[in-house]
Order: sequence, then structure tokens, then C-alpha cells
Amino acid sequence: MISYILRRCLYAVLILIGVNLVTFLLFFKVNTPDDMARMQLGSKRVNVEAIALWKADRGYDRPLIFNAEAQGVARLTDTLYFTKSLEMFRLEFGRADDGRDIAFEIRSRMWPSLMLAVPVFLLSLLVYISFALLMAFFRATYLDFWGVAICVGMMSVSALFYIIGGQYLVAKIWSLVPISGYAGGVDSVRFLVLPIAVGVVGGIGSGARWYRTIFLEEVGKDYVRTARAKGLGEFAVFYGHVLRNALIPILTGSVVAIPLLFMGSLLTESFFGIPGLGSYTIEAIQAQDFGVVRAMVFIGSVLYMVGLVLTDISYTLVDPRVRFE
Amino acid sequence: MSSAVVLAAFLLVGILDSLHFRPALAVGTESQMVARLKGGMPAQAWAPEVKSVLDELLERMATRKERTYSAPLATHAFSKETIELPGGGQSREFPRLQFGGAHLADPAEDWSGDILRGLLRGVALALVIWCAFTALLLVAVRPSNTLNIGEFADATWKGSTDIPWRAVLVTLGIVLLVAVPAWHLSANYHVLGTDKVGQDVLYLSLKSIRTALVIGTLTTLIMLPFAVLLGMMAGFFRGWVDDLIQYAYTTLNSIPGVLLIAASVLVLQVQMEARPELFPTAAQRADFRLLFLCLILGVTSWTGLCRLLRGEALKLRELDYVQAARAFGVSNWRIMMRHILPNVMHVILISVVMDFSGLVLAEAVLSYVGVGVDPTMISYGTMINAARLEMGREPMVWWSLASAFGFMLLVVLAANLFSDAVRDAFDPRVSVVPRKTRFALRSQRAGN
Repeated sequence: MISYILRRCLYAVLILIGVNLVTFLLFFKVNTPDDMARMQLGSKRVNVEAIALWKADRGYDRPLIFNAEAQGVARLTDTLYFTKSLEMFRLEFGRADDGRDIAFEIRSRMWPSLMLAVPVFLLSLLVYISFALLMAFFRATYLDFWGVAICVGMMSVSALFYIIGGQYLVAKIWSLVPISGYAGGVDSVRFLVLPIAVGVVGGIGSGARWYRTIFLEEVGKDYVRTARAKGLGEFAVFYGHVLRNALIPILTGSVVAIPLLFMGSLLTESFFGIPGLGSYTIEAIQAQDFGVVRAMVFIGSVLYMVGLVLTDISYTLVDPRVRFE
Repeated sequence: MSSAVVLAAFLLVGILDSLHFRPALAVGTESQMVARLKGGMPAQAWAPEVKSVLDELLERMATRKERTYSAPLATHAFSKETIELPGGGQSREFPRLQFGGAHLADPAEDWSGDILRGLLRGVALALVIWCAFTALLLVAVRPSNTLNIGEFADATWKGSTDIPWRAVLVTLGIVLLVAVPAWHLSANYHVLGTDKVGQDVLYLSLKSIRTALVIGTLTTLIMLPFAVLLGMMAGFFRGWVDDLIQYAYTTLNSIPGVLLIAASVLVLQVQMEARPELFPTAAQRADFRLLFLCLILGVTSWTGLCRLLRGEALKLRELDYVQAARAFGVSNWRIMMRHILPNVMHVILISVVMDFSGLVLAEAVLSYVGVGVDPTMISYGTMINAARLEMGREPMVWWSLASAFGFMLLVVLAANLFSDAVRDAFDPRVSVVPRKTRFALRSQRAGN
């Protein structure tokens, strides 16, 4: 078990190096610092000195991978790859274009993101599972049919619609909560209720439908028949047997999403003006701040790998049949 | 039994809805072809802008621009403007639109009657077309040896034909009933109003269909060869090939999709800034950007299908007929093409159809983030993005947002239902569920 987890972790590190290389190629080889400088400075003020100054200012004035002018170890360390890309493993992301420390920004913006993402995650798990359970319990009836029909309908609506519609209806017409914004402490609840509700409602379609298929797959298995054969009621069969077994794929499937909660939600945060990591990313993309985008790509993939390893571990914990050699 | 009915109902709706978007698809490809023709032939390089067949058809909508917002079917502008009176004074009032209802002498009096007349004429026209279609269908698809026309019409009416013609006809009727009156009214009105710069919203919505479809199909076409070939190779050869391919897709998968797309599009923007000489016209820029977006979407979306195919190939390679083929000395390549590919076709088909709707929705989100299609390109994403701020206006400008969402819902819903139908038809695993459910129900009844 321990050795298995260790192996998975090593594999994760290998993947991270791959991600690192891909982003490095994308941001420094395809798209050289010269291009970036020209873009940032605007086409009017561009000249060789301005570009050199811009690069020196941000530490982009080093060779890509191998520094022939330096001595000893510095041949490898005094390069773009080392200072800009490998440093990320130490969680050093450098400065954004507006001069702020990216790592600090990420640490302080993480909390609003979590305040939004964690309730959405838990609530939606609860809502989707109960909705799916209801449909599976009344399978092959009108309730099930219309449930699925509503799910497909809701799946087909753009996520943007839920946000805009929710803002319009709840915040503007009913004036229950502020349209957007954020405040710290207890006050934040007022601002977070609507985004959380929108986040949960927006995913019901695909979530509940997906869980319903898992439940239905489970209902058809032999142990269910055995449970019925020994005279258990339909209710006991569902809650005692089907729910427990179906939760295995559902829970292990959602474990991978837990670390990614830190990243926040791009759309919801930017629409509701919540100063989390999602809106940070969007602002960076719109301001074409490559340093921030690079950092977010790296963090995102680190969290994803953590999620994968956690998934593997949770499999062995929840399902005793699963053994890793 | 009811689960079978549920499935059949889905199948029906799915088939119908595939008819929904096929006409639009034809328009889309046609317009592309025309665009390519006109773009490619130097003889016609004088054309100031590239047009499509759709543009020709909708010319009266595209060219009649108002100055700014106007509500659906309105005759007056949406906001008051200061008008110079002929006498020299000024007054604040809603000015008449340049084109919407311009033929009416007294809009307040004639408006409702004129709309009603237009609607009725449109409905009548739609019914005539529908009857013609029905008659054509009855004559054309009748199984000539078993039924005469009357019997076949009867069977269709009762919905007892093998192919659900009745449902086809009903949907066709509904589509005609909506489309023809709208088309009829668009001669004199802006059926869905106009947006901020006075463009007809109906026209924008129709043009956006093409963008959505292009993104959906082109991305699929780009990713398909990679996913299929690599997935099959990984599963079939195993060993280091498998490790390498798995490593590649896990790496790509672990980068959050939106961020990878955003990063690539940013890089592209910088490149396009740096080399303006490559893109002489704005349209070329927009097209190239669309293509590139499809490419990137393809890069991020092939991993799922690849993993599925790898799993299938792993199973298939142990089967007897593959072993037999190998014993006969058939080459690896040939085994993959002749024995494995046909057996994973259903997986490919299902996932392709299911991805389509996701891609259409993704386009809107990406355009909102600012990394989607070129801002000059007409698409649902850009429409929503432009209309988003209008929600705050008082009174509200709801029509352009509503029609963008409405059209998008139609396209995606149709695609979703169609993909359900395709999955039900081809996936051997899905058909197991209803049978088991039926069994469960029967045993339940027996138990009670």
C-alpha cells in the first residue's frame, strides 16, 4: 500500500515535470520574451532598448536553457528555465505585471474561493445524490421520465444563463441579496448565498443524470435481487444496499475535484465580483499577464495530481475489494 | 414496458431534432464553401466582404440597420431622442425606426392589424408547405408492395410505422410554423429587435449557428485521428508505447482545460500582433483564430476518448479473432484497421456526438473569458458578452440576451437528445439497463 502510494507520487512528479516543460515551451519558446515585451509596451513605443529594459526589469533577459557565459553550476541555474519554471516547484511565482507578489496574491485570494467552492461542492453532492436517488427509486415511471427530461433540459442551458438569470431574478427583481461584491467575515454570507445557489442549480442536470445511471447500474446487480429475495422492502434495499454501493464510484469520482476547489470557479467569481482565484485568473487572462497564467496553470496541475493520488487512496479505503499490488 | 416507451420517446425526439439542425448545417457548410471559393479566386478579390448564401437570403435583415436598440417588432426606437422639429424647436420623443414598420402610415393604429395579417399569411404559407412535404413523404417512402397510400397515411397518423414518420412530420410542422411567419414578418419588422448598434438580432442568431456548428464539428474532426490512433495503439501494443501515450494524455489532462486554452490563445494573440503581415484582412484573422481555437479545443479534448479507446483495445486484443489474425501473420497495422477499429466504432460515434453539445456551450464561456472566437465574429458567446451589460438598463433590454440563450438552448438540446438517441442505439451497455429495470420491476410485482 505504502509503496503503491509512493509510486503514484513519483509518477505525479514526473507528470508535473512534463507540465512544466509544456508551459515553458509555450511561454518562452513559441512566444519569446521579445514578443511579450512588444505586446506589453504597445507597438508605438517599441524599440530595442525599451524591450531590453522591459526584459531586464522582469528577469527575462537570460538564455533559455543553457547559459554559456556563466561559470560552473550557474551555467544551468542562471537561465530562464531555471529561474522562471523550476522555481515554481518551490512555490515561488515571481511578480505579476502590476508588481505584486503572485504567491502572496494566491494565498490571500484562496479563502474567498474556498468559501464559495466548498459549500457548492458539498451541497451539490447532497442535492444531486438525493435527486438521483429519487429518480432511481421511481425508475421507469413518469416521475423518472420527467426527471430525466428536466435534467437534459437543464444540461442544455448555458452556465452563463444560470448566473445572469439568477442575478436578475433574485438580486434585481426580488432584491433579496446584493447583485455582486464581497465582504469579509459573517457579512460574506449575504454575498455568497446566490453564487452558491447558482452553482448548485447549474450542475443539477448533468450531475443528477450521471448519478442516476450509476444507481440504475447498481440496481440491476445480483445482490439486490438477493436482498429482495430475502424479503427486504424496496426502501430498505435502496438505503441499505444500493445507496451504499453506488456511493463508492460517486465518492471516489468526486475526490479528484476536492483539491481543485482551491482554484475557484472562473465564471461565478467574475460575475459576482468575488475576489477569489477564479476572478484573479480571468483578470490575468484579460490583462494578458503571462506570469499569473503560468502560475495558475502550474498550481492547477499540481492540485489535479494531488486529486488523482487521493482518488487512488480513497479507492482502497472505501472499497475493500480493491487491492493494489 | 414504460422504460421502452421512454427510450422510444427519446429516440423519436432525437431523430426529429437531428432534422432540426441539419438544414442549418447545410447552410453553414455552403457558406463556408462559398467563402472559400470567393476567398480563393483572385478574380473576385474585389468583393468588399465575403458573403455566404445565408447572407444573400437574409440580406434584407443584414443591411437594414437601425441606429440603436429597438424592441422586437417595434416601430419606434427604444429610447427617447431629441429631435429637431421642422419649425425649429426640439422635442424628446421616441423616433420612428428607419426600417421597422416603416410602411405603416399610423403605427399606433395599424400596427396590431398588420402584425396579425403578416402572422396569418405566414402560418397559411407554412401549412401549405407542410402539406406539400407530407404528400411528398407519403408518396416517396411508402412501402409500395404492402400498403396503398391511404393505408400508409393511416399508419403514419396512428404513429405505427417503423420509422416514426408522424413525429418527423409534427416536428417539421412546428419548425415551419415558427420559421415561415418569422421570415414573412422580417420583411417589414425586426422580429427579435435590434442590438446596441442596430443590427437585427434574428440575423445575428442565425449567423451564430454556423460558428457553433463549425466549432463543434471542426474540433471533433481535428481530435478524432489523434484520439483514435493513439488510443488504439496504446491498448494494442502495450509496453512502452502504452506508457508513453498514457504519460502524454495524463500530462495534458492535468493542466486545467480553460487555462491551457487561455494560455494558447494568449500566445496566439501575441504572435498575431508580432506578425501582422500574415493576416491582411480582419476576416482572415477571425477565421484563423477560429481554426486555432478548434485546434486547441481538440488538443484538450482528445484525452477522454483516447482513454476510452485504450480500454476497449486492451479488451479486444485478447479476443480469439485477434489472436487468430495474429497467428495467421497479419500485420499489426492491418489487425488494428480490420479487427479493432470496427469494434470500437460505437464508442467513437457516441463520444463524438456527446462532445458536440459541450463544445457549443464551451464556446460561449470562452468568448466571455475573452479567449474565444475573434470579437468581430458573430457567435453566441460574443452576443451574450455584448448583451450582458444591457441587463442593467432601465427598462431592460432583454431580447438579444434572450434570443442568444434561446437559440443556444435549441441547438444544444437537440444535440443532447440526438446523442442520447445515438447512445441508446449503439451502446451495448445502455440497453442492458432497461432490461434489468424491467426485470426488477417484474420481480417487485411478483414479490408483492
